[in-house]
Amino acid sequence: MSSLSRDDVAKLAGLARIEMTEAELLELSSQFGLILDAVARVQEMDLSGVKATSHPQPLENIARADEVLPSLSPEAALSAAPAQEDSRFRVPQILGEAE
Amino acid sequence: MIHKSAAEMAKALTNGETSSVELTQLHLDRIAAVDGDVKAFLHVDTQGALDQARSVDERRKSGEKLSPLAGIPLALKDVLAQKDVPTTAGSKILQGWLPPYDSTVVSKLKDAGIVIMGKTNMDEFAMGSSTENSGYGPTFNPWDLTRTPGGSSGGSAAAVSSFEAPLAIGSDTGGSIRQPAALTGIVGVRPTYGAVSRFGLIAYSSSLDQAGPFGRTVLDTALLHEAMAGHDPKDATSINAPVPAVVHAAKSGDVKGMKIGVIKQLQGEGYQKGVQARFDESLQVLASLGAEIVEVDCPSFEYALAAYYLIAPSECSSNLARFDAMRYGLRVGDKDGASAEAVMSATRDAGFGREVKRRIILGTYALSSGYYDAYYGSAQKIRTLIIEDYAKAFAKADVLVSPTAPTTAYKIGEKVDDPMAMYLGDVATIPVNLAGICGMSLPAGLADEDNLPVGFQIMAPAMQDQRLYQAGAALEAALLTKWGAPILSQAPALKGA
Repeated sequence: MSSLSRDDVAKLAGLARIEMTEAELLELSSQFGLILDAVARVQEMDLSGVKATSHPQPLENIARADEVLPSLSPEAALSAAPAQEDSRFRVPQILGEAE
Repeated sequence: MIHKSAAEMAKALTNGETSSVELTQLHLDRIAAVDGDVKAFLHVDTQGALDQARSVDERRKSGEKLSPLAGIPLALKDVLAQKDVPTTAGSKILQGWLPPYDSTVVSKLKDAGIVIMGKTNMDEFAMGSSTENSGYGPTFNPWDLTRTPGGSSGGSAAAVSSFEAPLAIGSDTGGSIRQPAALTGIVGVRPTYGAVSRFGLIAYSSSLDQAGPFGRTVLDTALLHEAMAGHDPKDATSINAPVPAVVHAAKSGDVKGMKIGVIKQLQGEGYQKGVQARFDESLQVLASLGAEIVEVDCPSFEYALAAYYLIAPSECSSNLARFDAMRYGLRVGDKDGASAEAVMSATRDAGFGREVKRRIILGTYALSSGYYDAYYGSAQKIRTLIIEDYAKAFAKADVLVSPTAPTTAYKIGEKVDDPMAMYLGDVATIPVNLAGICGMSLPAGLADEDNLPVGFQIMAPAMQDQRLYQAGAALEAALLTKWGAPILSQAPALKGA
């Protein structure tokens, strides 16, 4: 049976930028064994020589003429900002963070 | 009037028997009377709806030629952005967000004169099968208020089945339109991937998500399908081709000579007795109408659920990175000296619910170096095999069929602590999403053991959506004759109604 330890979950939560309480970490690590066993069934079939499909359509780049079209005003774009300053998004400190 | 079909309401509007304002008010009254129990809506836009209705009435009075559903009220799943109307995707992280733009689906509804009455409840970011994962509490099944209406579009399905709205829009990533349609006794269609624009549809799993229509009849569903589909330059995956003739197909409804393939893997063991019985009965009805029933083998479908629960969480872990507390939505812990990363992590903890966190973590794991090939990579290969199974099956049959969901509606709380049990409810709907094709669920009757609705699923190849309606309309008409009245007439009356 697969499993993920409390520390494994904590590491993943850090990568996903989600703070988690001790109770959440323990709950997720206890549920993950079952979920991983279920999804690991994808490895049961012989998949050698099978191509991967990432999307149901054959995707291609689509270009349009380089024209200025109507778009959101700065006021509209900022209308839902948690904080703003001088017509810009104000964000918490991003430089000089302790690693 | 509210018990009529949307097509009948449209006729009454054209004949001048009623007005859109009157029709909208009747539905708003119904919402006020029963939604305290059903809880289908997260937000009712009373003023906006009546303004839209008034404008349609004026245009009609001035002799303007209007589209078929002009003036008909509708319930909109809260996953679609509507300008200046609260849009949350069922998440606390978007509480209070007023989008500065309309999704393309909303623009199309507005252009068609369809009256948007409000936003319906859903599993947070469409992740769930019961609407219990909403950040704002569950929706209750009008057939039995102790049960779930299915999900993730449970609010939309409950609104239509409780006569709060004749039409609704949902989105279907793994069955989120078809399964709640089945569990509430209505019609729901997931159109071909790329047939309906995803611009302004809050993304869960971009290669699987597709918005689609709910109605109480196959024809109503077709009318809404036609109004919301079509090419959109704002969505790079939008198919640039005419909308299939779904309304025409719904009106003709004929299965004589049609080859109907029963998928061996999607029946029998694991399916509730009454579900299987109604499914078999519907097959006999189709055969009696002149369809040829064949069995088809899709061996890789056994692995579809596993592939889905790797692909969708992987895509969601990437898509939901945009909820970073910087440009819109919730921001928590923005104290002096707090780093952006700390604010982001605190916000995502406070704003996301359990299931969303579970899927983001699962996706992060499946995509992480060392595990990528074994999990996400294998899942993508299973996806190829599912597409090939469908191709072989459609070489033998015009449409494929199965029960929509393995069980009828289950009790609120019954599966909420057992994610795998909840995921199993999607076993019959998921293959359609992985292959990018189209599917419909329509009522097949009530299961003997619990008197709850059973859904019959029809699947067709990409951009052959009209086949769903052709077969669906034929089955619907034959079952209606057999029953003597629509299935919803058997639902218990709601308090306050």
